[in-house]
Amino acid sequence: MNPVSLAPSDLALASSLVVLDAAISIAFGLRLHRPLLVASARMVVQLLLVGLVLRVVFRSGSAALTLAIAVLMIVAAAREVAVRPKQRLAGAGNYRIAGVVVAAASLATVLLALMTAIRPTPWHDPRYAIPLMGIVLGSVLNSASLALDSFLGDVVASRNKVEARLALGAPLREALAPSMREAVRKGLIPVINQMSAAGIITLPGIMTGQLLAGMDPLRAVEYQILLLFLLAGSSGLAAGGVVWLASRSVGDRRERLRLDRLAGR
Amino acid sequence: METSPFEPAGDAAQTPRLAVRQLQSAHAGPVTLALGRGECVAIVGESGSGKSVLLRMIADLIPNDGSVLLDGAARETWPAPAWRAMVVYQAAEPAWWEASAAQHLAPAGLAAAEALARELKLRPGALQADLALMSTGERQRLALIRSLAGRPRVLLLDEPASALDAASSAALEAVLRAEMEQGLAILIVTHSEQQAARLGRRRLRMAHGRLEPA
Repeated sequence: MNPVSLAPSDLALASSLVVLDAAISIAFGLRLHRPLLVASARMVVQLLLVGLVLRVVFRSGSAALTLAIAVLMIVAAAREVAVRPKQRLAGAGNYRIAGVVVAAASLATVLLALMTAIRPTPWHDPRYAIPLMGIVLGSVLNSASLALDSFLGDVVASRNKVEARLALGAPLREALAPSMREAVRKGLIPVINQMSAAGIITLPGIMTGQLLAGMDPLRAVEYQILLLFLLAGSSGLAAGGVVWLASRSVGDRRERLRLDRLAGR
Repeated sequence: METSPFEPAGDAAQTPRLAVRQLQSAHAGPVTLALGRGECVAIVGESGSGKSVLLRMIADLIPNDGSVLLDGAARETWPAPAWRAMVVYQAAEPAWWEASAAQHLAPAGLAAAEALARELKLRPGALQADLALMSTGERQRLALIRSLAGRPRVLLLDEPASALDAASSAALEAVLRAEMEQGLAILIVTHSEQQAARLGRRRLRMAHGRLEPA
């Protein structure tokens, strides 16, 4: 397998496309040229930094360093999940739920893949563990934030229905069930889309990368199938996990709906 | 013996159906009150005086302190859902989560519900009709059918007839009186002094979260 090497001049040529975008923005008065150029510059700097860090980590092969980077990635993803919903649980509830679920869902699936399907030596080889963690976290982030936002928003919007069920003697779990089901469903839509579009509407990123790097298409496809299964599993765990924990947070021992536990209400 | 407006008249030794002792939250109370079997107590008072809060506290739908007893047994004896099935709270604007009223009821209770719908002067087929297309008054009467379907021992009614004309109101009161004869105790919040007088032998007024004789 011989990856195609890119020369700096190749990247410079590609970057002229961004300059073209900027020119269009100026010509049509879109005022997008500044944000566009800032975002491009930011992307280049961020990726170069990541490349440098990963090069160091890959060379060292240190388990502690790999773990530190994985934890950093989990914390960043959990923060995004926590701040995305419009409704916030009091006492940093969103952060607690997001932290627990993002860590559990991503670690469980990545460890499963490393121990069974991929089996690098050592099993924590950063060349495998870190990219896997990254792609799984992206999926977990999507599912968990959509599910949490949907659940909390739906419970607030349908509080009268939930209370009407409770008032007639329904257990809290039953009264919240429609909101819980809807939230998990919303959380799983992205990964279902991703799987049904794979190969026909889009060539998934990982597979594209491997094909460009010269891998045999069928082997690249095998990898992609494995990854999509991992993403489906982690998304399900994440969506189910945040909704289950959030449903416990909006109730109490006497099975009341406690929307007073949402911050700022 | 002097009679208290907060206690049922009659045999003092008899255990009240519902006994409320020093019930309070940040928004209302403390309230002490008892209802006998088959008794109806009407509560009047200005909007925002805490009438709905009191009903919701009794049903244990919002956090509260104090004790509530049903036929002499403390509320905490039962899991909260079991308590709320026996002491049913009906909100002023009842919420629905299915398309028709019938879908909110157990199939076994449908025949009884149809009979009740006739007594409440609802048009035939009202139980199966689309709730979104019905009037507020029709939905209020359907809500009463839903509340009675589980055979509660106490009914906490919040403005159950606010959108009803005189004839429908009379039909609703007749249904309530028939249930009271079976032992149902009713605590009803109403803006209508006449309805309060017709239904409740005792009337109380809520002001600033406290109950006083009306």
